Amino acid sequence: MELGVYSFGDVQRNGKKLGSTSEGITNLLEAMQIADKVGLDFFGVGEHHTSYFPASSPGTILAAAAATTKQIKLGSAVSVLSTDDPVRIYQQFATANIISGGRVEVIAGRGSSTESFPLFGYELKDYDALYTEKLDLLLQLNNLDKNERITWEGIHRAPLQDAQIVPQSDDPLKIWLATGGNPDSSIRAAALGLPIAYAVIGGRISRFAPLVDLYHAAAKQYGTESDALQVSIASPGYIADSAQDAKETFWKAWGWTMTELGKVRGFAAPDRAHYDAESNHDGALFAGSADEIADRIIELHKRIGHSRHIFQMDVGQLPHDKFLHSIELLGTVVAPKVRKALASGKK
Amino acid sequence: MVKNNLPRIGVIGAGRLGTALAKQSLSVGYEVRISNSRGPESLELLLSVLLPGAIAATIDETISKSDIVILAFPLRYYKSLTPQLFIGKIVIDAMNYWAPVEGDIAEFADATITSSEMVQQYLHDAHVIKTLNHIAYNEIEEHALPLQSKGYRAIGIAGDDRDAKLTAMAYVEALGFDGVDLGVLKNGALLQPDTRLFNARMSADSMKSQTAVRI
Repeated sequence: MELGVYSFGDVQRNGKKLGSTSEGITNLLEAMQIADKVGLDFFGVGEHHTSYFPASSPGTILAAAAATTKQIKLGSAVSVLSTDDPVRIYQQFATANIISGGRVEVIAGRGSSTESFPLFGYELKDYDALYTEKLDLLLQLNNLDKNERITWEGIHRAPLQDAQIVPQSDDPLKIWLATGGNPDSSIRAAALGLPIAYAVIGGRISRFAPLVDLYHAAAKQYGTESDALQVSIASPGYIADSAQDAKETFWKAWGWTMTELGKVRGFAAPDRAHYDAESNHDGALFAGSADEIADRIIELHKRIGHSRHIFQMDVGQLPHDKFLHSIELLGTVVAPKVRKALASGKK
Repeated sequence: MVKNNLPRIGVIGAGRLGTALAKQSLSVGYEVRISNSRGPESLELLLSVLLPGAIAATIDETISKSDIVILAFPLRYYKSLTPQLFIGKIVIDAMNYWAPVEGDIAEFADATITSSEMVQQYLHDAHVIKTLNHIAYNEIEEHALPLQSKGYRAIGIAGDDRDAKLTAMAYVEALGFDGVDLGVLKNGALLQPDTRLFNARMSADSMKSQTAVRI
């Protein structure tokens, strides 16, 4: 079981005042370096384009992290593939992968924000067609033999005629298909033989168990069963020295973020009862003590057999030092406990 | 076990909302048909794993063989439906015009009436009811409770035809929610994105006081 963190580079706040986006980026890089030092397996950077989520260019910060970390796997979480150029994504991630010595992955999805569509000149109504076509090209680029050229034609991008795409990663990049739970996405990932990354940002996390079943059933039907089929879970989460501290601190940070997002997206803010229901037992919010979070990961693993679980910790007003401490607890307390439990479970 | 005296449910759209509504409808005993734009064959695997007991159908079959037709697909495609098939049908419009999440659509952004009234104008021979659009898809299963339990969650219901609305009300209550009559279809505006009710978990009393509806 791999454990890790993902972040949109949330900017800090001082009371009601929003900090700078540049501070958000330097904090993010520091968090990636800490995650590496405490032995975590993965750090993901999620593409967004707002003053509060400034990590707009995952490939760039992954390259910086690639050069300043030793062992941790690095990836996007997610790359908004529909509004990017697959050639550019491949080049950036292959470059970072080379710098890192083979630790960089792409998690391709939609994300929950829509800012990138007008920003890069795309229409949201074309979302599915864009995603399908661009994933096809990205996978083709990733599967080219050494020095092989590509000829490709689609609708939403200029054709490629015997084009050479450099640099080439020595081994293909690991490319995940990300989904928020649409059943068709689980089938699509399986049909393509891709690992799947579920984002579970609310509700009961076990509702994804039937989708994992669907993913495996589809792989069987399409004949794509292999070790490449893996399941990752991404969920909000925060660990502190005591369960009470974790739940109170994360309520402030998460509650504030959901309230602000609700204003932008037009939905009612969650109340404390909502938070309490979803930050315990089967809920999607993993806020608690290290022991509690380890137990919940182990419990979920029994139900869905995921091979990776990553947590979005630094939402909203979470102070940076608390973010770093949470990363440390995940790496030094939660991870050993989870690994030990799963290793003994296999005997 | 399908109960024969219940209205037959047809769900158009097999995404997150459509499958959630189909699943909950099956679990409380309804006969359920479900369809998508790619045809029933494309749904076989999904049904066998997620919705055993549901019937995969074409969109037209789903309409003609159901008493309550639930629209659970992206609103922008509503004119792909065949209006002539909807004579006398009860239609639950669970769709939203939700621009910050699904993008601007001029047809709805520029309209002076609600999206459900536009659906009603297009499906002129149906009885359109606005409901089940203001709850997150996963909460349909997670928040369903037996009649009048503690924490019973309110679901608003707006529609012009009284009998159709009563049928929709009974369906919403069978699913496990406290149906609140919000009056005519136009009042579905109270349930749309960017309102106090959209995504809000509340009791029927709270919903009634927040909407100040007098019936």
